[in-house]
Amino acid sequence: MTALPETTARKLGLVIDLDICVGCHACAVSCKEWNTGGYGAPLVDEDAYGADPSGTWLNRIHTFEVTPQSGPAQLVHFPKSCLHCEDAPCVTVCPTGASYKRAADGIVLVNEDTCMGCGLCAWACPYGAREMDPAAGVMKKCTLCIDRIHNDNLPEADRIPACVRSCPAGARHFGDLGDPASDVSQLVAERGGYDLMPEQATKPVNKYLPPRPRDAQETAHETGPVRLAELPEPEAKGFLGWLDAALGALERTG
Amino acid sequence: MHPAPSIVVLTVLSGLGLGMMAWLGVGLGPDTGLFRWLACALALGLVAGGGLASALHLGRPENAWRAFSQWRTSWLSREAWLMVAAPVAFGLYALIWCLGGWRLWGLGLIAAALSLGAVYATAMIYAQLKPVPRWSATPTRAMFLTAALVGGLVGVGGAAGVVGAPVPGWGSALAFLAGAGVWVWWQTAAAGASRSSQGSSAETATGLGHMGRVRMFEAPHTGSNYLLDEMAYRVGRKRAYQIRLIGAGLGYAVPLLLSLLALLAGGWLMVPALVCHITGMLALRWLFFAEAEHVQALYYGRH
Repeated sequence: MTALPETTARKLGLVIDLDICVGCHACAVSCKEWNTGGYGAPLVDEDAYGADPSGTWLNRIHTFEVTPQSGPAQLVHFPKSCLHCEDAPCVTVCPTGASYKRAADGIVLVNEDTCMGCGLCAWACPYGAREMDPAAGVMKKCTLCIDRIHNDNLPEADRIPACVRSCPAGARHFGDLGDPASDVSQLVAERGGYDLMPEQATKPVNKYLPPRPRDAQETAHETGPVRLAELPEPEAKGFLGWLDAALGALERTG
Repeated sequence: MHPAPSIVVLTVLSGLGLGMMAWLGVGLGPDTGLFRWLACALALGLVAGGGLASALHLGRPENAWRAFSQWRTSWLSREAWLMVAAPVAFGLYALIWCLGGWRLWGLGLIAAALSLGAVYATAMIYAQLKPVPRWSATPTRAMFLTAALVGGLVGVGGAAGVVGAPVPGWGSALAFLAGAGVWVWWQTAAAGASRSSQGSSAETATGLGHMGRVRMFEAPHTGSNYLLDEMAYRVGRKRAYQIRLIGAGLGYAVPLLLSLLALLAGGWLMVPALVCHITGMLALRWLFFAEAEHVQALYYGRH
């Protein structure tokens, strides 16, 4: 049923640390690898080695350039997948009942057996989190790896979404954002985690952690090239200290 | 947004057919034998044709019957119900009118209400989409309802013109004026309904606005994808002004003149008026989709 649950017992979701993400796309690749081979229709790749490749992905990594009022621009790698919104507009527009939000854990899912591929849910999503699979004719989206996180056949360490498991930098976290005591909730509180496009009023469960402020260093951007020889040197010890002192003495006697 | 031909044709033709049902249902049109058959067949044919066209854009048409299940929450599901209920009620009304000669006004009113309900549901599918301000922050419902009523009146006039029955010339002329007025109202609102007018930007999309100005540096993929094809449509948008002129001319101005001429030169002129109006409305409806910007394209630095 495409009515949203009034409340969900848990709010499972991701916390993505934009300070740490290095933009390697490992999460997108492992997402594609896991989700193309498990439940439902595979995630198609069309013209994969040709001139105009395209395909269905559940997670995509954008990169943005942020230019402050003064100082150098900063690059921010920005993974984006379904935010499992509390007021998910994609669910209520679905005419067939294929889209639903689970009352038990808040995960937004598509039942591929009943989806008619009209595409309206993708139009209703402000985030571009849903992609129609052109081969299967059904809507695909992030499932938070429901076939991993509740899967007793996997070792406990693997019972997290593939994107979180594969992130080499530790930029992705998975947990219950409805529980204020959970690690992810603490992290969000501590680092000022925020919602994407709050003006769309979808109440996303996934949160993003902002990049930490950079050290304010003198850079070429503001002052021109830095002359290394004029910078104060650290005090040398051992052999280099003896050499430094000897050269200094030579300079004085010379 | 991608202007799928099936949806453009569906909304224009079925809207026109539903408008005809509304007018015929409230008792418009003469009781001559041939007119009854032609007008009812045209109205039912347009709605059925539009309904079938809508199935063409589905990825899994075999699941289309499930669209009747979610009427409590989904406007698309409500549209599915009304798109069936309206022709059924009207079909019964038409059958009794054509075969028996009786116009059951109660049944006609029900058919008219269901028809306008179907148009309203279609409009709500677009008007409900907050991520597309050009649809949700504009009088889209009024625009769809007026378009259907104007088209319906011209459709009735066209059918009357073919069989040589009296045509609603003055009524059509007034309808074109009113329709053009509502369209200008919608167009004016749409010109101001940018994504930024609703508070969305690359800064809010990324949440990085507190750090500075945000610009896409590198897209997630080098080729295109479903998101860009569907929600960052670009083809023909630079010719929007010309297409809009042609649409407004063919949709309203030319048929307005033709309907006035029909008063002098004969009702048959309502037939070219109908053809012109449909062509113009297809152009305007195409722009309704092609020019609509979706906030998700902000992640791609696109309009």
